[in-house]
Amino acid sequence: MGLVLYRTFEHGLAAPINSLTSADGAHAFWLTLEITAIAVPLNTIFGVATALLLTRRNFPGRTFLNGLVDLPFAVSPVVVGLALLLVYGRTGWFGGWLADNGIRVIFSTPGMVLATIFVSLPFVVRETVPVLQELGTDQEEAAATLGASSWQTFWRVTLPAIRWGVGYGVVLTTARALGEFGAVSVVSGRLVGQTETLTLRVQNEFERFDLTGAYAASALLAVMAIAVLLVMTALERRRRAT
Amino acid sequence: MISAKAIEKSYGDFKALHDVSVDVPRGSLTALLGPSGSGKSTLLRVIAGLEVPDAGTVLIEGRDVTSVPPQRRGIGFVFQHYAAFKHMTVAQNVAFGLQVRKRPKDEIRTKVDELLKLVHLGGWADSYPGNLSGGQRQRMALARALAVEPSVLLLDEPFGALDARVREELRSWLRRLHDELHVTTVFVTHDQREAMEVSDQVVVLNEGRVEQVGPPLEVYDKPANDFVMGFVGPVTKLDGETVRPHDFDLFHDPTDGAVEAQVERIVPLGFEVRVELVLGDSSPLTVQLTRMESELLELQPGEIVYARPRSAPSPGAGLLGEAQNLLG
Repeated sequence: MGLVLYRTFEHGLAAPINSLTSADGAHAFWLTLEITAIAVPLNTIFGVATALLLTRRNFPGRTFLNGLVDLPFAVSPVVVGLALLLVYGRTGWFGGWLADNGIRVIFSTPGMVLATIFVSLPFVVRETVPVLQELGTDQEEAAATLGASSWQTFWRVTLPAIRWGVGYGVVLTTARALGEFGAVSVVSGRLVGQTETLTLRVQNEFERFDLTGAYAASALLAVMAIAVLLVMTALERRRRAT
Repeated sequence: MISAKAIEKSYGDFKALHDVSVDVPRGSLTALLGPSGSGKSTLLRVIAGLEVPDAGTVLIEGRDVTSVPPQRRGIGFVFQHYAAFKHMTVAQNVAFGLQVRKRPKDEIRTKVDELLKLVHLGGWADSYPGNLSGGQRQRMALARALAVEPSVLLLDEPFGALDARVREELRSWLRRLHDELHVTTVFVTHDQREAMEVSDQVVVLNEGRVEQVGPPLEVYDKPANDFVMGFVGPVTKLDGETVRPHDFDLFHDPTDGAVEAQVERIVPLGFEVRVELVLGDSSPLTVQLTRMESELLELQPGEIVYARPRSAPSPGAGLLGEAQNLLG
């Protein structure tokens, strides 16, 4: 990582900063944040709900759902991207209908959000399930006998008790969403200034032989990763303390 | 008043409760007593609404609550492992039930202060449960359950996780608290001494069935069967009969109705002394004497003595036994 930073500023400060503050560089940065800002909350809600379902309810197909959650870990992101193309692309299942109604999924932000959601899906579930299992049902049952509805019990008892586990899952999801390349690459078309995220920009600039631009985007990603890592370490410490 | 009628509950192939019917009189303190796996906790959870029975009905204060969720049964429940809300202070824990009922803040504060005093946790309002001892946590849990003024209080092995001394303290404290508040209370225990000491009525359960219901002394003195006899107190066998070890007299000389036995071991137990004997057919017999009796006899290991059962109660004895005899 030191080498990345060295290469970035090898020819002075001006070039990398110009690359990042150019219209396309700034667009890539904000698009990355936008996708993350949509994907992470959705995955948090989905993750906590799924974890509750897996630990607190016994239903047929529970084992199946449990396995399904891990699917994004098992499948290569490129295959995920291709699958999205097959479903939402112009010739895909819903592609025609979507195009007729003026909705663009592939080669635009919705498709990239979908891809990001899918590849970062398991983290919140996998971090929350063990915490819920360890918590047990005593406190939730106590809340019920004291008159709390399931909604009140969730907000006042369950969520505060699992918050560090969920937080850790959210941080992992964020890290994955920021750094996702394969699936997003396939569905985005990597259109500069339109569907170019920071990771895609690294690749694009590299292919255009603008090494400084590629290193600048890499360096920015690295800085974001370090920030995420710091949050993660802090959370981990809190989680152990409680 | 709680009535559980013909309750059935299975977990897969395991039958946890089999045709269980129990009445808990209003204002009483009833113990559900039994070994682990006897269904006592399941029965309590069915009364609370935390488990749904496969069949049968539950009435609380005359209201059929079988299909009513725990939130609306008007119960207070205390768990073996406290179930403290760890992220809330002691005061917030106790206030929980009132807060979800959206009571006015002033009323909540007054009520919480009052309850914390009642359970001797006045100075701990702003502490977290993690800083409390086991006994204090359980008192907090009790205050939390009482805050919503339940019509019945249900305790699931409330002292099971505490060490012996604290357990004894809390036991007698619970008894006094009950005498003060008169809330209909049911508690689950596997400890027959706890049931004897605290309750007005004991329900003995075994393998998902009710074996006997009655006041503690009656259950002890007139056990309905061998299981109850063996479970509520120590037993020893003589000629195939089950007898309590403290229902024997020992003599140095042959006596009418006494059997010959050799002293094998003398075990001092504080106030009492356990004498382990071997009969002529080499079967063991245990006799429990007071220390005074034992000292007067000056027993020595190896010595031959004569043991005579007092007019001891045996299973099926007493009114119930006589009725059974009459019925053949």
